[in-house]
Amino acid sequence: MTLSQPTDFAHSEIASARWNNLLRFLVRDAGVALALVLIIVFFCLTAPYFATTENFLKIFVQIAINTVLASGMTFVILTAGIDLSVGSVLALCTVVGALIMTNKNLPTGISVPLALVGCMGTGAACGAINGWVCEQWKLPSFIVTLGMLNVASGAARVTSNNSTIAGLPQPFVDFGNMIVGGVLPSIFLIAVGVILIGWFVLRFTVFGRLIFAIGTNEEAVRLSGHSPRKYKIAAFTISGLTAGTAAIVYLLRLNIGSPIAGVGYELNAIAAVIIGGTSLFGGKGSIIGSLIGACILQVLSTGLQLFGIGDNFKPIVIGTVIVLAVVLDTYRNRFLSSIETR
Amino acid sequence: MDNAILELKAVSKRFPGVMALRGVSLEIQRGKAHVLLGENGAGKSTLINLLAGIYLADEGEIVFDDKPYHPRTPLDAYRVGIRVVHQELSMLSQLTVAENLLFENLPQRHGLVNYGEMNRRAAELLKEVGLDVAPNIPVGRLGVAQMQLVEIAKALCYDSKLLILDEPTATLTSKEVERLFEILKKLKSKGVTILYISHRLHEVYDIGDNVTVLRDGQVVATRPLAGLAIGEIVRMMVGRNIEELRLFREDVKVGDELLRVEGLKRNAHSPEVSFTAGRGEIVGVAGLVGSGRTETMRAVFGADPKIAGDIFVEGTAVEISSPRDAVQHGLSLLTEDRKGQGLLLTLPCAENITITDLAKVSRMGLLQRDVERRSASALVEELHIKTPSVYQLVGNFSGGNQQKVVIAKWLFRGSKIVICDEPTRGIDVGAKREIYDLLWQLAATGRGIIFVSSELPELIAICHRIIVFAKGKIVGVVPRAAFNQHRILSLAYEEYDLEPAD
Repeated sequence: MTLSQPTDFAHSEIASARWNNLLRFLVRDAGVALALVLIIVFFCLTAPYFATTENFLKIFVQIAINTVLASGMTFVILTAGIDLSVGSVLALCTVVGALIMTNKNLPTGISVPLALVGCMGTGAACGAINGWVCEQWKLPSFIVTLGMLNVASGAARVTSNNSTIAGLPQPFVDFGNMIVGGVLPSIFLIAVGVILIGWFVLRFTVFGRLIFAIGTNEEAVRLSGHSPRKYKIAAFTISGLTAGTAAIVYLLRLNIGSPIAGVGYELNAIAAVIIGGTSLFGGKGSIIGSLIGACILQVLSTGLQLFGIGDNFKPIVIGTVIVLAVVLDTYRNRFLSSIETR
Repeated sequence: MDNAILELKAVSKRFPGVMALRGVSLEIQRGKAHVLLGENGAGKSTLINLLAGIYLADEGEIVFDDKPYHPRTPLDAYRVGIRVVHQELSMLSQLTVAENLLFENLPQRHGLVNYGEMNRRAAELLKEVGLDVAPNIPVGRLGVAQMQLVEIAKALCYDSKLLILDEPTATLTSKEVERLFEILKKLKSKGVTILYISHRLHEVYDIGDNVTVLRDGQVVATRPLAGLAIGEIVRMMVGRNIEELRLFREDVKVGDELLRVEGLKRNAHSPEVSFTAGRGEIVGVAGLVGSGRTETMRAVFGADPKIAGDIFVEGTAVEISSPRDAVQHGLSLLTEDRKGQGLLLTLPCAENITITDLAKVSRMGLLQRDVERRSASALVEELHIKTPSVYQLVGNFSGGNQQKVVIAKWLFRGSKIVICDEPTRGIDVGAKREIYDLLWQLAATGRGIIFVSSELPELIAICHRIIVFAKGKIVGVVPRAAFNQHRILSLAYEEYDLEPAD
């Protein structure tokens, strides 16, 4: 009896550790996904037409741009920064891309690839400028990217002569309308690709590790012999690059380049990242979370619409959800730290 | 003892991994100046923070002015008449002197601030502490001594019963100290009780009536100051003779020079600093807080800028303009503030250890998690870091274990020169012993250790040499054969005490 006691104790220790691990997984990693599933089930049961292929197709299409933007935004927010410029950078990129594609002197085989490079290059350049200015003069990214929001928007108007550019090459338009296997729109697949790359970089590379570390304690990273500056500029460049990629998605979906595209997109992207559990203070979060956050926003929006809740009322619900998500997050952290220390 | 204004009965306070106060009982007499002494980490600041309503005692009872006193917020402390002038002054530097003085109770008229009345009352208070500044200038433009007087004036306007001063003279010149003491005496004559914390043993005789010495969170003794010899106070503060722990290892021999710093200047006003460290050597760095020890080490490491100076590693001149350069040349820095600058608290132990050399746990930019886990586990085992797994978040570790993680991360890097700034601050006696052993292990493997500490006994116990800093420069280098606490202390204090009254 006395001999078996320690073993029993060890067993119960292991059992409770397993239970803790399960709880931690459910609350920390699966919490947002669970919320998404519940919301989908709720609408499937209650909202008319929600559980139809067409509806999900529509959601997939609508979700693509925000998902791409949110994945780049995640990098920036993980370093405790913010990028307010992605919406208007997207607008500038659509203009650049559309201008290249509608250039009559270029054959489609050249103009389309050139436009893709132009979109991503313009976006990355804007992002790099954001990061460099922040680091060079030690400015808050809020201010710098607010500046870029206006600059990029102005640049989009100037280059487009303040007009919408239509008439994109037919193969490009066709690709945008393609639906793989009857349920997966091409632009949704692009978004999934971007998410997967972002997830891989954050989770499996030295670069990703340093992004998290910088967001956790930048000074400790610096004193460990790294140059946080380099990585922070890279994070903004990635955000710009995804804004450029989102511009391609925009062109594929709406077939126009527009200087007034993307108004307010930055706020949707930030909302998705935050709902996905990434901390505005940096160092904590995931890109899969951001994907789920974007899904929650879109599913809610679509579901409410199907309920017949008007466009005027919808923002009230969505705004509440954003704040609620962050409130829940603080409770979640408190709960997690209580099971870590027990 | 019916005349006690403040009485502590068996008060205890615990922090993760360390017992900051252990059954402290203490009485402070009404209208007297009571001095609180003790080494760093003895529990003085914790005690003050309990009284100020910043921490809550875990156990014990406090009676203030014949009523039970258990403050939960600083406001509770103000209400009963306890006012604390903290070591780090917390002024609203953008606001004016008058606004700071009367901040908790701004004179109002119809809901608006009555500026005339405010400035008039502020001027009165300033006159009382003998501070000749206009009430309407921003506090940020005052010097440290003046700000201190503003804090004291602030204490006056609330009719304080107990004024607590935490090392008020640390940054003052001797003339300013004299002035401060005059004011404190005047307050005392008005019946205000004073609790005074200082490191400067000589000056406490000028102001104090009684003294309490704290050590390792416990009260050693409370005595009247009159007739108490300074040697006796030192003995009470130091207590157990750390030298008897036999921490010094004769078998570790000092080899050839590993680091040489020549003519290092941090800024245009700072003096030049030069020193060396050898292979297998533990070089102590002593000096008061603010003597330039930490700042110099940070400049050597490239963490803060320097304007001049050469650094040689193994006899070769190296260019160090950032921590990155320093790390690449084999230097490491264990910062004074390990939570704020040393650790990634919300990340796992393994990630904290490998951050100094991610190339070792990656291939072509991709992390190799199994390699990382193995390397981290090996170090966790070697350093006896107590954790169920290398994936535990270091934020949940005790102070001693956290410090070991910081050492582990530099071991992982394989640094040749280890600069540690207060590595034993805020950790238990047992954990301290382990840290000393680790430092010796590092020295025995041919590394050079620079050991900055405010605890002189520990420096005397383990160092080969002690460099003494004061006022930003090196005022002496004492070899082990000549170690003597009084000599080093007087070197460290000399510069301040002998300063001419300008």
